Amino acid sequence: MDLALSEEQKMIVAVVRQFVREEIVPLEDHLDPDADELPQDDYDRLVQKVKDMGLYGLDTPPAYGGPDIDLITRCLIAIECSQHRAGLYAPCYYVFGGARQAQLFEATETQKEKYLYPMLRGEKKVFFGLSEPSGGSDPARAIQTRAVRDGDDWVLNGTKLWISGADRADYGLVFARTGDSGRSGVTCFIVETEWPGFNVRRIVHTLRSAKYATEIQLEDLRVPHENILGQVGGGFAIANDRLSRQRIPYAAECLGVAVKAHEMAIEYSKIRETFGATLSSRQGIQWMLVDNEIDIRTARWLVLDAAAKAERGEPFRTESALAKLVAAEASGRVVDRSMQIHGGLGVAKDLPLERWYREIRIRRIGEGPSEVQKHVVARDILGAGLR
Amino acid sequence: MAVRLAKPWIPLTEAQVTKLAGHLGVYQLADASGDIVYIGVAGGRSLHGLKGELTHALQAPPAGATQFRCEINMAYRTRYVELLQAYRHDYGRLPAGNTDIDERHLGRLRLG
Repeated sequence: MDLALSEEQKMIVAVVRQFVREEIVPLEDHLDPDADELPQDDYDRLVQKVKDMGLYGLDTPPAYGGPDIDLITRCLIAIECSQHRAGLYAPCYYVFGGARQAQLFEATETQKEKYLYPMLRGEKKVFFGLSEPSGGSDPARAIQTRAVRDGDDWVLNGTKLWISGADRADYGLVFARTGDSGRSGVTCFIVETEWPGFNVRRIVHTLRSAKYATEIQLEDLRVPHENILGQVGGGFAIANDRLSRQRIPYAAECLGVAVKAHEMAIEYSKIRETFGATLSSRQGIQWMLVDNEIDIRTARWLVLDAAAKAERGEPFRTESALAKLVAAEASGRVVDRSMQIHGGLGVAKDLPLERWYREIRIRRIGEGPSEVQKHVVARDILGAGLR
Repeated sequence: MAVRLAKPWIPLTEAQVTKLAGHLGVYQLADASGDIVYIGVAGGRSLHGLKGELTHALQAPPAGATQFRCEINMAYRTRYVELLQAYRHDYGRLPAGNTDIDERHLGRLRLG
C-alpha cells in the first residue's frame, strides 16, 4: 500500500505545521504550563485564522458546512496539531473547531435544530456520557444507569464517571439501560444540563491537565421521549460506532506528541555534552533515538492504514484497535526515552515533556485500554465465538 | 478528596507565610470572620509556589483578607477550577477578590 502524501496533503501539513509553530507555541511561553485554554482574544483571532485557512470544523461533514477533508488528511492534521505543550488533550486549544459528537448528525430534524446546529455555530457545548463507575470499555454490560418510561418522559437515575466537559456543557449524550442486560438494553438520551436532577458532583483530578473529567449524578432526571437519539435499545450501536471511529484520530494525536518529543531529543542530544562529547555520539543515546524512530514509524503506518481503510468504507475495527493500541503504547515509550535523554530538564515544567509524560499515560487507558484493543483484535482473529 | 477545603484558617502574617514551602497548589484567603474573599493558585510559572503567592497576598491583601489556608496539589489547575465552582455553587457568585475570572469559561458544579 502506498502511503505517500499527495501534493495537497503535503501543502496542508506544511500550513498546519507552520500555524502550530508560529501561532500556538509562542503563546504557550506566557501560559501556565498546565493551561488548557487561550485568552479569549487570542482564541477568537486564531479561530478566524483557521476559518480563513478553510480548515475550521474538521469533523463536520461538508453538508453541514465543514471542509471536505478525508480521514487520512485529518489524521495528518491531528499529528501536527498535537505538537505543542497542551496538544495531546487540547490540540491547538480547539481553534480548529473542537470535538464534535458525530452521532448528532443522525438525529431527527427537530433534534438537529435544537442541539446540533447551535453546537456547530459554537453556541452550545456537548458532552458524551458513557462511562460509569462500573466501567466504560464494555458498555453493553457495564451501564447501570437506568431509564424508566413514565408517560411521555423517561426517568433517569445513576452515576457517570470520567465525563469530560459536563460542567461546561449545555447538553450531553447520556447512555442508560432501558431493557435487558445486553446490547439491546441500552438507549442514548439527549439530556440538557439545566434540567432538575442533573448534577455534576465533582471534578475528577487525574494526571491530565486539560479536558478534565467530572462525575455526574442523575437523580430522577426527566427526559422527554423525543430526546432519545436513534431508537430505544439502539444506544450500544451509537456508542460502539463512536468508540471505533474515535480511535484513529485519537491515535494520531498520540503520534504527534511522540514526533515532537523525538525531535526535541534529537536536537538536545546534538548540543548536550557529557565527558567531552555530545550525547548524540554515545551509542546508548543513538539506540534510544533509533527505538524512537521505530516506534514512530510503526505507529504512523498503522494509523494511516486504519484511516485509509475507514476512508474506503472497508471494515476497520481491527485496524483502528491496532492503531490505537500501538500509537498509545509507542508514544509513551518515545516520550519516556526523550525525557531520559533530557535528564533533569526533562522532568521540569520548563519543557513540555513533563506534561506529555503524565498525559500520554492516560492514552493507554482512555478510549478503551490497550487490553481491550487486544481483545477486539483477538475477537476478530479468532471469530465471534470469543466473548 | 473533599470538594471543599476544610482546613483551619491561619493568620495571614509574615511569621506564618515564612513557614510555607515553594510547592505548587491552591489557596484560599478569608476575612476576619472566616468568609472566603479570594481563591488562588500557585501554578507552574510561580517563582516560589505557594510561599511566593501568599507573600504577594500578604503585601497586598485582596478584599481585606486576614487569613489563609492552602493545599499542595500538582493538579493545581483542576483543583483551582473546582474550588471556584464549589464556591459559586454555595454562594451564587465568585469571591469578592476574584475579579479576574471570566465566568463564561467557568463550568458549574451542581452538588445536588
